[in-house]
Amino acid sequence: MPGYLLRRILGMLGVLLGMSVLIFATVHILPGNVAHTMLGEYATPAAIAVLEAKLGLNDPLPLQYWRWLHSMLRGDLGTSLVMSRPAGPVILDALGRSAILAGLAFVLVAGGGIALGIHTATHQGRLSDKILTLGQFVFIAIPEFFWAILGIVLFASWLHLLPATGYAPLGEDGVLRWLSHLVLPVLVLSFGLVAHVSRLTRSSMIEVLRSRYVLAARAKGLTERRVLWFHALPNALLPAITILAIDLGLLIGGIVVVEKVFAYPGLGRLLVFAIEHHDLPLLQAGMMVVTAIYALANLAADLGYAALNPRIRVGGAAT
Amino acid sequence: MTASALATAPRRALPGVLMIGLAVLGIVVISALVGIWFTPYDPTAFAVRSRLASPSLLHLFGTDEFGRDVLSRVLAGGHLSLAIGFGAMLVSLVLGVPLGLLAAFHRGVVQEVIMRAVDLLISLPPILLGLLILAVTPPNLIKTILAVGLVYVPILVRLSRAVALGLLEEDFVQAAVARGEGAVAILWHEILPNAWPPIIVECGLRVTFAILLGSALSFLGLGPQPPSSEWGLMIAEGREFLTQAPWVGLMPGLCLCVLLVSVNLVGEGLRECLDPHLSGRSRG
Repeated sequence: MPGYLLRRILGMLGVLLGMSVLIFATVHILPGNVAHTMLGEYATPAAIAVLEAKLGLNDPLPLQYWRWLHSMLRGDLGTSLVMSRPAGPVILDALGRSAILAGLAFVLVAGGGIALGIHTATHQGRLSDKILTLGQFVFIAIPEFFWAILGIVLFASWLHLLPATGYAPLGEDGVLRWLSHLVLPVLVLSFGLVAHVSRLTRSSMIEVLRSRYVLAARAKGLTERRVLWFHALPNALLPAITILAIDLGLLIGGIVVVEKVFAYPGLGRLLVFAIEHHDLPLLQAGMMVVTAIYALANLAADLGYAALNPRIRVGGAAT
Repeated sequence: MTASALATAPRRALPGVLMIGLAVLGIVVISALVGIWFTPYDPTAFAVRSRLASPSLLHLFGTDEFGRDVLSRVLAGGHLSLAIGFGAMLVSLVLGVPLGLLAAFHRGVVQEVIMRAVDLLISLPPILLGLLILAVTPPNLIKTILAVGLVYVPILVRLSRAVALGLLEEDFVQAAVARGEGAVAILWHEILPNAWPPIIVECGLRVTFAILLGSALSFLGLGPQPPSSEWGLMIAEGREFLTQAPWVGLMPGLCLCVLLVSVNLVGEGLRECLDPHLSGRSRG
């Protein structure tokens, strides 16, 4: 296990280093002059030259990259050009609010998806299974922003039950107001992923229920409930862990869109803001933070999988 | 290709999901193609008198803030949404499959370089890769297609490499190697014809996600630019009028949903036809 852990961590560091090169290179080498983009179409050459000197854009790219990497390793994420504030605290604030959204959605997706998956797997061929399976086809395919505008039209415009957009800080306006701003974004984020997770839990559960050791457990005369919860479920959940890690990538994508629709001040909206305003230092830093979180989550999923699955834990053959 | 695939599949009635999906998808594709040349109204014509008119017999989907007929705009923009999804899939096929086959055939340095690049690209959440590519330069249709296509290249590289590695062990491939045939000939004549069913299944399932990602990027303003009427862009524009005129955003949204659900049904149906195991493989 320590060897496996070490290899995984080294691999993750390698990926992060590669990612930093990729992000830096894309932002700096793609056609489109940075200073020109920042100053707009009518910038004078003199103004561009001044800005380029200020940003250190005339230095060789490897030097610029090294400077960026070095300050990032010291915890300095750079300065947002548009806001003229250090990017670190700005990103941290936004990240906190996104984490609330992602955390609630993730709990809903994991709990709801696995519960629905078990239900459909144990009720195969019944009406509820057929309806839910059909629902999965539909829910997987419908984009978050469609649910979002549908939710706004229904619950905010017509029923006036929930606020359409925005965010209320927890301390100032009370818990209910804070929650009311979270209901729609969290639900919208979860719909597609619940369908995804429940679908895969269903198929892995069905596979396990057909296996010989479950047959043996039933033959021993154990109650169906015991077979299901203590024998089948632990094994059926193994693939679900990998799926949840994959879904985290989809969740991040969903968060970017959902925060934009609901004007929710999180990290996703910050990234879109950075793109719209050509705030490249903020964009680079934000991208790096999201990548790091994603890499850590994947590492956690791999380790969780290894911890639960003795075949990997002992053999260490999976890469 | 679909027809021959169905012919080689075990004799079985075509799955219902495939038939329903194909029928609906056919209607969407035909309307989108017709919409390039013919729409009930001029999709770009302003009509100040009928701004934000609710759906009626004159304007089935209502009109937007400039009085443009929403139905006409949806029809005129459909081919863009289709182009992003299917174009992106084509990009990742054309880039991913050869790279995957190459990595399977040339172990050593070539494989290392390709597979490590794949590891790197796959460790970025899909939307970030798209955002990164589209962020710096002004977005347009082709760039969106390329960005979405690039997101799915790593998955196809891994899949086609895995399939090819299995096939390389087979006798008929070994025979070709023994005959002294070149790498390209073996990959093209021996491996590719036998490798495509799982690849097609994967693509069928991925197209849904490609259209989803493309429309999400377009929704964020990183796709085709106004006055074009790509559906994700139309939904984003309609967002401002959700209280007064929800149809401006909801109608293209509904069309996008119909397209996505039908594509998803076709993908699932194809899998039922071509993949005998029907195991729940990971998708994302």
